[in-house]
Amino acid sequence: MRAIFSRTLLARARESDFVFLTGDLGFMALEPLRDAARERFINAGIAEQNMVSVAAGLARAGLRPWVYSIAPFLYARAFEQIRNDVCMHDLPVFLVGNGGGYAYGVMGPTHHAIEDYGVLLGLPNLTVCVPAFAADVPQAVSRLTAAARPAYLRLGRDETPGDFVVPAYGPWRRILSGRGAAVLVVGPMAGGILAAAQTLPESQQPALWVVSELPIVAAEIPAAFAADIGRSGHLIVVEEHVAQGSAGASLAHALLCAGTTPRRFTHRFARGYPSGHYGSQLYHRQECGLDPASILKLLTNTQ
Amino acid sequence: MRDILRRARLRLLKMHFESGVGHIGGNLSALDMLLTLHHRIMGRDDQFILSKGHAAGALYITLWSLGRLTEEQLATFHKDHTKLGGHPVPRGIPDIPFAIGSLGHGLGLAAGLALGKRLRGQPGRVFCLLSDGEWNEGSNWESLTFIAHRNLREVVLLVDLNGLQGFGSTAEVANLGSLGNKLKEFGLEVREVNGHDTDAIEQALKAPLADRPVALVARTIKGRGVSFMENKMEWHYLPMTAEQYQMAIEEVSRL
Repeated sequence: MRAIFSRTLLARARESDFVFLTGDLGFMALEPLRDAARERFINAGIAEQNMVSVAAGLARAGLRPWVYSIAPFLYARAFEQIRNDVCMHDLPVFLVGNGGGYAYGVMGPTHHAIEDYGVLLGLPNLTVCVPAFAADVPQAVSRLTAAARPAYLRLGRDETPGDFVVPAYGPWRRILSGRGAAVLVVGPMAGGILAAAQTLPESQQPALWVVSELPIVAAEIPAAFAADIGRSGHLIVVEEHVAQGSAGASLAHALLCAGTTPRRFTHRFARGYPSGHYGSQLYHRQECGLDPASILKLLTNTQ
Repeated sequence: MRDILRRARLRLLKMHFESGVGHIGGNLSALDMLLTLHHRIMGRDDQFILSKGHAAGALYITLWSLGRLTEEQLATFHKDHTKLGGHPVPRGIPDIPFAIGSLGHGLGLAAGLALGKRLRGQPGRVFCLLSDGEWNEGSNWESLTFIAHRNLREVVLLVDLNGLQGFGSTAEVANLGSLGNKLKEFGLEVREVNGHDTDAIEQALKAPLADRPVALVARTIKGRGVSFMENKMEWHYLPMTAEQYQMAIEEVSRL
């Protein structure tokens, strides 16, 4: 997703309010953007707290900064700057965290982002955007730019199935209209789960949904999604994020408040490092029951 | 200027007394610098960032002395339903662009504003007032590196070197030695002044711009102008009793 993100911004690099800051990351990826944006491309060094404060100052001066780093270096290291300098002032600063969830794999847990949006969604004025497919990125960038408010864009590795035609980007999308359980996925895992679900007999296929913008707002939950929950009575939420502050938790809260609770609720979420051992993104997903095979098993066992 | 200083000091004491608020020591150390800067130095295109947010009272009084805050607004200081919090609040009043209370934020914000001016081809400087204890915060050294590396001459640092911080003297808590030398070593031009000598402050800030960012390092006295408060740790926090307030205004009135 980083490549398409870089190309998307490249097309905006000459806009009058464009400015891009990186925390000394982007080797072999952001060079074209650096060359095109020239003085508007700022390598702020390995100093994320200052980078976010500078971005807030730039936004106050009328620019719309993009701020890029490996996800936890941004949201965890510079949390107070995000909170005080950006969010409290409702400034158009777009934080871009690369490596959502376990994407950095065996690079280790310091590089993982499994509590990012839970942490950030407690802040005022901020929207979280989690593209599910690489094809979402240009439209997501357009939406964030147009909204001109604090945002966190969580980028992962693209897992779009080869033959899948990605529907136009939106906060909520149904990508498979099965008659089975209603499944809501956050982020790129949707691709692998879609491919796995399509191997099921049609009668067992889920109603597979993707949510790409958080927080979940009760009034924006599509009626068709509620209908899918109502029909099967079983809601499954799958996300590469810890339970605290998760999309699943906020969806459950919204549904409870609305009085539309499913008969059964299954939440698959990041459980940290249960074995105390480390590996690829898939390894960690498997440990947490988040990989396509585990989800497939869940779907076939609940029919 | 002398009259402005006296009136402002009296009004600051009154405001803190009426609201029962402490933090007066660090306001009194910064007040002369704030007044000189705003009355004698800053132009229409210039901006100011108060990094030591606990000197909010001194900033409010400075804005009041310029006619940008009213008596009615000052009367709300530190009370319910106010826009004048103990530290500047977000989107409170137009002259204060950022809420700052946690230390180590102002310099980065000033750098961003200055860089924004540069990128947009706009004139003006960004003055940023910091405390001395605040240099414990690592983020300031990040910002300093950024400012020096980019030669952001639009940023002017003012450091209120009163020698006392939250729970001890700066020398006891985390001794930095000579802050001026450290700033020089980072590549700034350092101008050291007595932070209560308004002529010296004015001269230092009006001196020809250097080819590098300037830091005004101002030696100050916490609680300046009220002898029983001067250089006393407790006046970082304590509110005044009625008796203390009377003593304070009598002394300041004679200034």
